[in-house]
Amino acid sequence: MSFISVFDVLGPNMIGPSSSHTAGAAVIAYLAQKMINGPLRRVDFTLYGSFAKTYRGHGTDRALLGGILGFATDDMRIRESFEIARERGLEFSFTANEKETEVHPNTVDIAMENEAGQKMVVRGESLGGGKVRIVRINQVRVEYTGEYSAVIVIHQDKPGVVAHITKCLSDRNVNIAFMRLFREKKGEIAYSIVESDGSLPEDVAKELRQNENVHDVMVVQV
Amino acid sequence: MMDFKNARELLALCQERKMLLSEVMRLREIENGEITDREADCRMAKAWKIMKESAAMPIESPGKSMGGLIGGEARKLIEHARAGKGICGDILEKGIAYAMAILETNASMGLIVAAPTAGSAGIVPGLLLALQEAYQFEDERMIRVLYNAGAVGYLAMRNATVAGAVGGCQAEVGVASAMAASAAVELMGGTPKQSLDAASTVLMNMLGLVCDPVGGLVEYPCQNRNAAGVANGLIAAEMALAGIPQLIPLDEMMGVMYAVGKRMPVELRETALGGCAAAPSACQGCPGR
Repeated sequence: MSFISVFDVLGPNMIGPSSSHTAGAAVIAYLAQKMINGPLRRVDFTLYGSFAKTYRGHGTDRALLGGILGFATDDMRIRESFEIARERGLEFSFTANEKETEVHPNTVDIAMENEAGQKMVVRGESLGGGKVRIVRINQVRVEYTGEYSAVIVIHQDKPGVVAHITKCLSDRNVNIAFMRLFREKKGEIAYSIVESDGSLPEDVAKELRQNENVHDVMVVQV
Repeated sequence: MMDFKNARELLALCQERKMLLSEVMRLREIENGEITDREADCRMAKAWKIMKESAAMPIESPGKSMGGLIGGEARKLIEHARAGKGICGDILEKGIAYAMAILETNASMGLIVAAPTAGSAGIVPGLLLALQEAYQFEDERMIRVLYNAGAVGYLAMRNATVAGAVGGCQAEVGVASAMAASAAVELMGGTPKQSLDAASTVLMNMLGLVCDPVGGLVEYPCQNRNAAGVANGLIAAEMALAGIPQLIPLDEMMGVMYAVGKRMPVELRETALGGCAAAPSACQGCPGR
């Protein structure tokens, strides 16, 4: 059992009204924007389950957009996230999907496009109390809670890539807490998520990209 | 390492080391949480500051909630009390007003501290702020006693649940009220045993309370129940301080609460399909229906 801190009980400090529908939503979107490089041009949210039914009354939409803008759960700017996004020239939309029911009740798909035209879709679930889980990146099922800093490596599923990743990290004295590889099919695109106990050196991404089978690298610091 | 898995072990630690419940919880945090004593106290002081501000704001400038079901209740209570018309007495009058105020702050996208959840965030600060004002306690003392409240909440998170979707409102408002009662006892000079007895009393008195938010929003009846939570906490603390012991210890009461929660039908666990949420007047007024 992981350690339950007194600040898990008296916390999180958060913009209301709901730890799952507001704070959790902000956390999911915050993690999602960390997974794509550079400033975003457009973001489209699709909401499912209870998110789809009650998002307006819970400010889930403002919280999601706030997370995309990089705001933490206790950042008052979440309330004005629509206005701030417009000022920054970020286009956004929200769609409620009440037909799809085979999902966790608090699920959102976040489709992002950066200024370079790269696209990525991240699916997140809000589990309650501000705890969340990223469960899909593009078409691949993954699992990442954002409790630890992580390196996310998008690569071809070929021999030697994992060894390259662990070598780069061990060269920099990074202690790996968890490492998992997710892929849709053998030999195709894979996502390796390496979670670390401490913070991660930013320049590790550059070195990880040196391998020809690595397509992209994101460092998520929490 | 200073740690405990249940209330019995917590009480044994308090007695062996001759420490207050809050001191044991604070040491546990410092030894296990990879945090210095100064960092821990700083974070707790920040939580206390947010609690205070979230209680004051809707009394100064009330406004409608996001869902439109609440707004302005705390101000009415304070005006009623200031006019000398209150019937609850000073501590309870203020305590319920502050608790309801915090739910207003929460429902209008203000900054709050989940304690242990957003929907029950008014109870711990509501009761403690009212006691602070009545007895003029320093902030340092209030910040310390929050660790006591945290200990009870931690035990509920570890050994039962604090999620309305899992255990109903008794797990949210019930646990928050138990936390407040335990902290109030320590603040007023009671023993660790009396703190835990007070927490047990609250869980007993709020046993079976269902989670039935109108329209699925954290507004109504959540705000009313935060006031009820303050009253229940105060009653239980008074009993404990008067020296009334409880037959059922806190660990057993947590187990009882959890077992009752798991037997609640899904309609009564935060789905907005039963209880108050299904009352005809509630359905008419629901946003998004």
